[in-house]
Amino acid sequence: MSAPLFKCENLSKFFPIKSFLKTTAKVHAVDHVDLEIPLHQTYGLVGESGCGKSTISRTIMGITSPTTGTVKYNGRDTSRFSKKEWLDFRKRTSFVFQDPYSTLDPRMIIADVVGEPLAIHKVAFGEDREEIVLNLMELVGLKSDHMYRYPHEFSGGQRQRIAIARALAGDPEFILLDEATSALDVSVQAKILNLLNRLKSELNLTYLFISHNLGVIRYISDKVGVMYLGKLVEEGETQKLLDNPLHPYTIGLLAASPKIDPELRRRTADVVLTGEVPSAQNPPPGCRFHPRCPRATPICSQSVPPLEDVGEGHRVACFNLE
Amino acid sequence: MKDSSLVLLSSRYSILKKRLHPATKEIGLTLYVIRRSFLAMIGFVIVLSFIFIAFFGEYIAPHDPYETNIVQRFSPPSTEHLLGTDKLGRDIFSRILHGAKYSIRAGLLVLLIAVPLGVMLGGIAGLYGGWIDEVIMRVTDIFLAYPYLILAMAFSAALGPSLFNAMLALSIVWWPMYTRLVRGQALSVRESLYVEAARSKGAGNFYLIYKHILPNCLSPILVTFTLDMGWIILATASLSFLGFGAQPPLPEWGKMVSDGRIYIMQAWWVSLIPGLTIGLTVLGFNLLGDGIRDALDPKLRRVIEVKWKK
Repeated sequence: MSAPLFKCENLSKFFPIKSFLKTTAKVHAVDHVDLEIPLHQTYGLVGESGCGKSTISRTIMGITSPTTGTVKYNGRDTSRFSKKEWLDFRKRTSFVFQDPYSTLDPRMIIADVVGEPLAIHKVAFGEDREEIVLNLMELVGLKSDHMYRYPHEFSGGQRQRIAIARALAGDPEFILLDEATSALDVSVQAKILNLLNRLKSELNLTYLFISHNLGVIRYISDKVGVMYLGKLVEEGETQKLLDNPLHPYTIGLLAASPKIDPELRRRTADVVLTGEVPSAQNPPPGCRFHPRCPRATPICSQSVPPLEDVGEGHRVACFNLE
Repeated sequence: MKDSSLVLLSSRYSILKKRLHPATKEIGLTLYVIRRSFLAMIGFVIVLSFIFIAFFGEYIAPHDPYETNIVQRFSPPSTEHLLGTDKLGRDIFSRILHGAKYSIRAGLLVLLIAVPLGVMLGGIAGLYGGWIDEVIMRVTDIFLAYPYLILAMAFSAALGPSLFNAMLALSIVWWPMYTRLVRGQALSVRESLYVEAARSKGAGNFYLIYKHILPNCLSPILVTFTLDMGWIILATASLSFLGFGAQPPLPEWGKMVSDGRIYIMQAWWVSLIPGLTIGLTVLGFNLLGDGIRDALDPKLRRVIEVKWKK
């Protein structure tokens, strides 16, 4: 495997809760996570709502600064970036958001929406920009006469295509897809996923794909990370991890998602996730998952299990592997 | 050589035309919605005739507005003096035609000063947040804490009574409303995903204000602008009525109401006619403003757009 595009070491993000001048509590949104995003691959990040998926993505993108730890982009620490380096970083990375309806400015025509990164970075003007925008729109499967319209004239799937076209403007190498298909119909989702896969191989992109949908993750990712309450609990190559989940939370998550394979269904039938996700303000000591874990032993509530390699890059954070 | 530049020019033009097309379509729809509303059309007609009088009133006035005629003082409306004469025998109709330009001047000047100032401060406050927001908003709160007329009176008293100073005083008290309006809008736009997308691509604050916040504030600003035009005309007239604005013999409408008020029992037309004129103008701007607001309401728009396309 080639060198990773992003490498996060010991990354944490705590949000302080203030009440009258003093910090009364902290939300442990991301808690000491090590993560690597390999170049030209898709890294899928799964987890329930509020487990820190989005926070981790925003920290990687430098929109929020980490409380502890570092993010390295191409081996360089992003916290030491100069202004110029940040601008270059912003040009080389892009965001695609979940909600296709609020991601486009209702007062901008599509040509300006898609051309916005070019406008920000002052590349290509006038007809040249128009030309680039046209090519981008054809690349994502939109027609040229869509260029001079307002966003409200488009459907959800088309809007997401526009958002992807915008993300592609300025030739980025990395795109962060934050639940990019969750708000779409299933048939449209499939089309967008195919489009993303095609673009990835055509343009040599690297994706970080955040989702709570395991089916989507299985389809698009090369590597998967499972998060629970701010911690990475399991990580590995998609096929291996999803076919042979080791962490009880991953097993539970897979059991909870609908599946067609009867063999798998039988295997995971007895695992049911019970209880609620504890508050990130006051996470349980030791392993974050132990209050809900069917395999919990006394050690689980005392110390935090490290993320250990069990072979072929498959890493699990659990004391009681079967 | 000449030929190729011509081709270039024509292709530029066609791009420009394509780019402007969606905007013109939007404006067309807006005008269509206004046209459908009876009250908005009445407002539109009143405002249009007001603007016409402001520009051309002095040419159609039958008499010199400053010409006194003591013999004919307090003559009631007649064919000679359409709306009667005042205490010095001056023709009220001519004075009203002349006075329109002072009202429109006041309205435009106040808005030309107050709107850009308010919009700028509101945009900055909303986008930057933090202590900048606090400082700007507390200052606007101080301004808004006083009734605007009292504050304007204080300012124009300090500046000295003249119509121009009254306009300046009104400009000073008028911007906080726009600051609030734009700040509120900026706060919601700031949280939107399209601003976050632009930010994640490295957009600076200036870019965000210019490209995202201002265009999204445009329709509420336009509505408030139209509604305020009436209020400013009223406020200018009020200041003049109270003696802070226009000085005699200027045919300013508020001043004319004030001049006639002690003779109201003998000669009602001296005060009532300019008063009604002010009222009608304010009404016109308000009706038009309401019409524009309805026309820019996205929910109503969608319903009407369907009918429009047929």
